[in-house]
Amino acid sequence: MVNTSTTLAGLRLRSPTVLASGILDETGSAMHRAARSGAGAVVTKSIGAKPRVGYANPSCIELDGVGVLNAVGLPNPGVENVAQELWAAARGGVPVIASVFGGTPEEFSEVGGMMAGYGAQAIELNLSCPHAKGYGTEIGTDPALVTEVVRAVKQRVRLPVFAKLAPNVPDIAGLAKAAVAAGADGITAINTVKAMAIDVRAGRPILANRVGGLSGRAIKPVGLRAVYEIAQEVDAPIMGVGGVYTGEDALEYIMAGASAVQVGSAVMERGWDVFAKIDSELKALLDECGYPSVEAARRVAVTAK
Amino acid sequence: MTFTTRVTRVVEENPKVRTIHFRHEKAGEARPGQFVMVWIPGVDEVPMSLSKAGRECAVTVGAIGDATSAMAGMKKGDVIGIRGPYGRPYSMTHRRILFVGGGTGIASIATAVEAHRKKRRSCTVALGARTKELIFFANRFKRAGAKVRITTDDGSMGEKRFVTDTVEEELRRGAFDAVYTCGPEKMMARVVDIANAARVEVEASLERHMRCGFGICGACTLDDGGERVCQEGPMFTGKELRKITEFGKYHRDASGRKVA
Repeated sequence: MVNTSTTLAGLRLRSPTVLASGILDETGSAMHRAARSGAGAVVTKSIGAKPRVGYANPSCIELDGVGVLNAVGLPNPGVENVAQELWAAARGGVPVIASVFGGTPEEFSEVGGMMAGYGAQAIELNLSCPHAKGYGTEIGTDPALVTEVVRAVKQRVRLPVFAKLAPNVPDIAGLAKAAVAAGADGITAINTVKAMAIDVRAGRPILANRVGGLSGRAIKPVGLRAVYEIAQEVDAPIMGVGGVYTGEDALEYIMAGASAVQVGSAVMERGWDVFAKIDSELKALLDECGYPSVEAARRVAVTAK
Repeated sequence: MTFTTRVTRVVEENPKVRTIHFRHEKAGEARPGQFVMVWIPGVDEVPMSLSKAGRECAVTVGAIGDATSAMAGMKKGDVIGIRGPYGRPYSMTHRRILFVGGGTGIASIATAVEAHRKKRRSCTVALGARTKELIFFANRFKRAGAKVRITTDDGSMGEKRFVTDTVEEELRRGAFDAVYTCGPEKMMARVVDIANAARVEVEASLERHMRCGFGICGACTLDDGGERVCQEGPMFTGKELRKITEFGKYHRDASGRKVA
């Protein structure tokens, strides 16, 4: 029988399907439920130093047949108010990965340190938030800043640290390399693709923030390409994310170099059980293709002659 | 990408409450108790129960916050965004129902009352609000053939008492299979307690801060089970509510912080 359990950066996952940050993870209860539904690990909503209400609505809409467009604006209760949510999430019995954001490397390490104190088993750095020092840029677009943030957090916590990278850059593999060189234990790719929607009758962008991020089916080819490029440049484990709806999607990411996949938008169509469904579809496919494990199938597309 | 439509007419229910009509194919198929996300371009987008479904749909608002005030000021021809319908409707499986609507929650029970009366089933509607300016649809329910009892906190309309007093009285007196309720959560929590004590089934329609409406953003998830109000709800049964530890006690604001 095929075994889909996987290990990455020392985290042991019973299933390679991970609840992606920003999806059903505003509360410990919801993360606990995702774990009960078969997720191999859960990633918290991105947490920052201070409470934030995020952007006004519309902040998350469905684009028919394309995916989900969102600009929720990092709403979170603030790191001082999430201890209980983390403890509730931990009841699910799977690793809880804390997603953190900040405007400066110090803020990242401060929040990451507190999340580690609450019992998070790994940290995922949300590097696609606006950079506080310089306007109009994202921390995750500048290798020097990525290096600084990863270093600051690694100095602060003794946990595996994943750098989550955005696809809206010319050289995502270069950024991954910078993150790993600075001490990152793994890479999560990709965050949402910058996008927008306009309503013709209203004659204006639909999102209150005008521009947002696209997730879901439409971005799977973008995510795959990113993971494939990163896998050629770094040996660190990769969590593939972007348009994973089925076991086949998961296996494509694994063959591109991922050790695990994160699932987000697919919850909308396939419900809470999406994790268990993807896992069993993946098992069947691995079996059919003659791979006894996730590891056996990993990177086969990268090394294919 | 378009999900907007135009307002076909606006009906003034009373000085504070307006019903905004529009046509929307998908929303027209909504079942009683389902909701739509309503976008007022340039203002906000909020979840609202449909107070009418079919060839013409409607939502009914009391001018309370920014969004509802902007909606109350809408005119025929104005652009309005509608997504949905979303969520779990009232089960509508019971024969003799006591409907309990508080404030703008009255909108949620409207289509349920009419659907129930269409099947010639007996129904009693208890409406409660702070003052008469927030009571609406009383005549609509009477026209549908329901027995209507009105209560206001200030006695400006109907009886001066809490709607929950009427519920207790009706359940003591009457043979009901179920209570369906929508309104302020503290009121609903009391209604659920009364129904449980009377051993009558109960269904309550909850409201929480929402962003997506289709089950992924997590803003509306409940403690302890992680139920999503937009998917597993907004209708929850009395049995389910016993496990929802935050019901009647607290909710979360837009940042995710608990608010009593």
